[in-house]
Order: sequence, then C-alpha cells, then structure tokens
Amino acid sequence: MAELNMADAIKLALTQEMENDDGVIVLGEDVGVDGGVFRITEGLLDRYGERRVIDSPVAETALVGFSIGLALYGLKPVCEMQFSGFSYQGFHQMESHAARLRWRSRGRYSIPMVLRMPYGAGVHALEHHSESKEVLYAHIPGLKMVIPSTPRNARALMVSAIRDPDPVVVFEPKAIYRAFREEVPDDEETLPLGQSRTAREGGDLTMISYGAMLQRTLQAADQLAEEDGVETEVIDLLSLSPLDHERFAESARNTGRVVIVHEAHRSYGPAGEIMARLIEESFYYLEAPIRRVTGFDTIVPMFAREQAYLPDVERILDAARGVLND
Amino acid sequence: MPRKKVRLEHSVEYLSILDKNGKVDEKLIPKIDKDVLLQIHRTMLLSRHLDDRMLLLQRQGRIGTFAPAKGQEASQVGAMAALEMGDWFVPAFRETAAMLWRGIEPANLLLYNAGYNEGAEIPEDSHDLPIAIPVASQIPHAVGLAYAAGYRESDEIAITFFGDGATSEGDFHEALNFASVLKAPVIFLCQNNQWAISMPRGRQSESRTLAQKGLGYAIPSLQVDGNDVFAVYAAVQEAAERARAGDGPTMIECITYRMSVHTTADDPSKYRDEDEVKKWQELDPILRLQKYLKAKKQLSDKKIEALEKELEQQIDTAWEDTHKRIQELTDPLVMFDDVYAEPPASLQAQRQAYEQHLKCEG
Repeated sequence: MAELNMADAIKLALTQEMENDDGVIVLGEDVGVDGGVFRITEGLLDRYGERRVIDSPVAETALVGFSIGLALYGLKPVCEMQFSGFSYQGFHQMESHAARLRWRSRGRYSIPMVLRMPYGAGVHALEHHSESKEVLYAHIPGLKMVIPSTPRNARALMVSAIRDPDPVVVFEPKAIYRAFREEVPDDEETLPLGQSRTAREGGDLTMISYGAMLQRTLQAADQLAEEDGVETEVIDLLSLSPLDHERFAESARNTGRVVIVHEAHRSYGPAGEIMARLIEESFYYLEAPIRRVTGFDTIVPMFAREQAYLPDVERILDAARGVLND
Repeated sequence: MPRKKVRLEHSVEYLSILDKNGKVDEKLIPKIDKDVLLQIHRTMLLSRHLDDRMLLLQRQGRIGTFAPAKGQEASQVGAMAALEMGDWFVPAFRETAAMLWRGIEPANLLLYNAGYNEGAEIPEDSHDLPIAIPVASQIPHAVGLAYAAGYRESDEIAITFFGDGATSEGDFHEALNFASVLKAPVIFLCQNNQWAISMPRGRQSESRTLAQKGLGYAIPSLQVDGNDVFAVYAAVQEAAERARAGDGPTMIECITYRMSVHTTADDPSKYRDEDEVKKWQELDPILRLQKYLKAKKQLSDKKIEALEKELEQQIDTAWEDTHKRIQELTDPLVMFDDVYAEPPASLQAQRQAYEQHLKCEG
C-alpha cells in the first residue's frame, strides 16, 4: 500500500502492465523523454526503451491509426492524446476503425487499445485544454468509455482497460491529477468496466456524478447533511459506456429524488441519457422531476471565467434543495 | 514496359543575407525604407520585451500559460513587413511579434493571456485571424481565404504560420496539396524553431529539409535563415509577387530557434541542453539587425537604450490598462456571448437561470 495521487496511480498501472505483458506499448507526443506533459509516463522510457515507449511526431491521426495497426497485430497500445481537445484529428480513426473492426471482420480482429487523455476544466489552461466532451466517445458503439474519480479507481480502471479486448477511451480528470492522495494497493487490482460504485450512502436523495465533479458533489452532499439533515446517496459512474444503470436506478427507486452533476455541456450530455433511463425504468418511483447541474451550452470560457462555467457546490445545492422541495 | 527512372530535378535553395556580425550581401538585400526598417526593429524589440514581461507576470500568477516568440522575431516581423495590411494573416499560437506588427495592442495580448477572450477582439477592417492552438489546424483556412480572395478578384493573398511539428500533421499535407492543385495565392511560412515541445527537429522528420515537403506538392519552396530579417523579408516579398501574379503558393522554411520554453507550462531542462541555447543566442535575430543598423549609423547603443526604456514604459502602461480592464470584467455572463449570431431560446434560458442563481447567491 502506498499513498498515491491520481497521476502516480495511473503511472503505476502503466508500469505494472508493461512489466506483466511485453505487448503493452506506450505512445504519444512527448511521452518519452519529457515523460508526458502531465508526467504520467515519466520514467517509462528509461525502463522500457524507445521501442516500447514511442515519442511520436505531432500527428494524431497517425498516432491513433498506428495504434490500431499495433492492436490488429495483437499488441496492446496505450496511446496518449496530450489533451482531449487535440484528439479530434484522431477521432476519425476511433469512429471509423477502432470501434468497427471487430464488427467489420465478423469477429476475426479485435482492437485491444487504450486511448487515454486528460479532460476537463479548472487548471487555468488555454483554449482547447478544458473541455469535457466524453459524449463524443460514449456515443459510439464499439468503444468503451471510462472516467476515474480517485487514485485507486484510476489505477484499477486503467489496468482493466489495458486488458480489455475492445478499444477503451479513458478520460483522466486532470483537475484532480494531484489534488489528493489515496491508499493504492501494491498488488494488482482491477475494476470491471461498466460498473459504477456508491461513493456515499444515504436514503433521502440520489446524486449521480463522475470524474472531477464527484468531489464537488460529495462536498454538496456533506453540506446537505450538515445544514439540512438530508442524507444523500452519491453514485460515481466510473464508466459512461457501458453505463451501469442498475445501481443508480436502485438508489433512485429508494430515494425518489435525483440530481445529476457533470461538467460536460447540458444538451445531449450524459445526464440526458441517465434521465432517459430513469424515466424508462423507474418513472413510478420518482417523487420529483430529476434535475441536472451541468456545464452550459457555451464554448468553455477562457480560464478567468472557467469556474463560472463549472458546476459549483452552490449550484448543486440549489438543484438538490429544489428536488427535495418539489 | 521497361523499368525506368522518372527523373525529378529537386533542390532546395537556402537564402541568407545578413550574417551574425551584421554584414549583409548588398546584392541580395531587399529595398526597405529606413523608417520601415526602424519600425521593424522596434517591433522585434517590443515583442522581446513583452515576452520577458509576460514570463515574469506568468511566474507571479498574474497571467496564464502562453507561448513565447523569443528568438523568432525576425521570421515573424520580416514576413509581415513584406506584405500588405489587406493580406490575410493566419497565425498559430506563437506569433506575438507578427501580431504586434499588425497593430494588435500589447494590452490586448496581456488581457488574452490573463484568461479573457476580450483580448482577442479583432477590429472590423482587420484581416487577422485569432490564434489557433491545435497544431497545423489553421493551415487549410489560409488556403480557403486565399482562394476566396482570388474568386472575388481581390489582390489580397494569405500567409499562415506554423512550426516544424506541424509538418507532421495531415492538415499540413492536405492544405499544401489543395493550394497547389487550386493555385491558391498563399504563403506557407514554417518557423522551424528546432523543437516541438520536447521533440527535436531531427526526430520530427527524417526529411533533410522541411521545405522539400512543399516540393512534393510541386510548390516552389525554399529555406531561409529565419534569424535574418532581410532574408525572410526578401523570400516573403518574392512569394507574394508570385501569389499576386496568379502563380500560386510558396512554402518558406525559416530556420530559427525557440530560445525560451514551449509554453510557460513546460520545463525544457528535462530534454534540452543549455549549450544549444547558448549557441543560438549568438545568432539572436535582434542583435544581428542592431549590428547592421549601428554600422549604417541608423542606430546607436544610446538610442537602443532609450528605445528599450520607452518600450518598457509602453508595456507598463499596457499592463496598467489591462489590470484596470480586468477589474471591470467581473460579469461571468459574457460567456454566453458570441456562441451564435442569435442565441437560441434554450441558451438564453440557461443564461437567465444562471443570472437568477447569481442574484440569489449575491
């Protein structure tokens, strides 16, 4: 057991999987000598050499397409996009090929690749460095899409993603890469992809979130307990695709009141899918309309105003109290 | 049916006019008015001082991440000075010196780097584009602008800036091929500053020159000493003449050097030898121009000193203005502006709901 931050926990997952399996190849822009702009791959080049840790030219289409080639051969590429905002040149390869080659080859080929990238606002960065567009990937059949929320689950999800036979997109909440530490077991640990967890138990209200926003949601839940005497159950999705709808449905049926929190844009955001599921499957248990606290349908503003864009504890409390009083 | 050779005659010209001691090749030096040349020098020096100041402000936490242009002033100002203000300027994200030449106020650059999009405001009559961060993504826009200018029978041409790393991107290759096929009046100005974050030029591409990538698309292409303001000016002037004559695009590879960090979020000591930086400091584009101007008696140490003082004051005033504007820019609701020409009702509703929320919190 070691107390690790999320950045080091992800690095641990990469190191252990490279140690376990010589088919694991790490590649991306500045992932070698520089150790990645967020230092997630630091030390891997020294340890595994440049055949396995590939500092690539600036070429996202080729990075993703080349990874697909490695995966077709049976290797396990872990490809880094420097920021999710720079992944769109590679997006074409994800949608047109990574997601489809199993289907297109009638099961002959699989693409066991991981596309990992930092996402989200809150680090005072430039344009294109703060977006939360997970739905672009979660929407695509054939891809899996996970978003960790703590060091320990980040490590376990990364190991599972690397071992998964299908392409997995991992969005890493960069705002909390180094925000806090957690005990991470030395021995290998995995988490099934497509399984959420209960981050806090409670019987009065259900709040559903994931990634960096989970911390604010938990904070709001604590404040509700303290100030309103309301016990909130917080569901941490961990995986957007596949979506574990059982756990949040069970919680919603118990509390009858639901708030969903994410920093992605509101329209067609993940909350829309979650609400649809709840209405389809648990409508008669709901005591009040579901509310969502999300990023707005604007371009993510530059950093001076990024906190105004992001859901904050006040907005979450507003929605929670609204649902409780409806 | 025989196996035979298709002969391709290719070579890349390398142009250098001003050496590191300030000596020029009088046969090659372009004609530039004395006042314009002093203006070029002033802009290069302003860019350098502004970079240094911004680095300081960033380290103090007053502004955010930015990409210094330090070392690339000749490539940028030399290029823009050879063009008309009506020509289209399509920058990447490291073009501070070029932006200053185009008349963008230091206060606006400071405001932008402090995290306010208001700093990117572009005057109505300007033909400048805002900065583009995703590598190489702006290059096709310049081809489209240039083609459109031709379509409207305008004399305007376009220039786009990008780095050595960008020449590895698909957007670069697709744009060059488009420009060549459509004979678009565009100038592709590659600032080969030897580094793409931690990736040195030698590992970015096995091509001996980056200019030859243009030749692959039948685009006249050359290398110039990018720290030599006269060579850059002359090459861009020639490329502009070609474009305006209807002879299509040119690619210019400026050999220059990123004397500072990639961005302020970067630590080059992890991957770059300080000796290399020192070597390039001797080739500093500003010092070279100053040596020339001093030899021509158009400048003296005393005048440079006075000019530097003046520029520092200009930057002081700009920062004071920026600081004042920041105090006034307290309304977060502006984030809802400029998403659409007419905001849809649903977006207006989000804005109103947030406004209401702020009032209740307030």
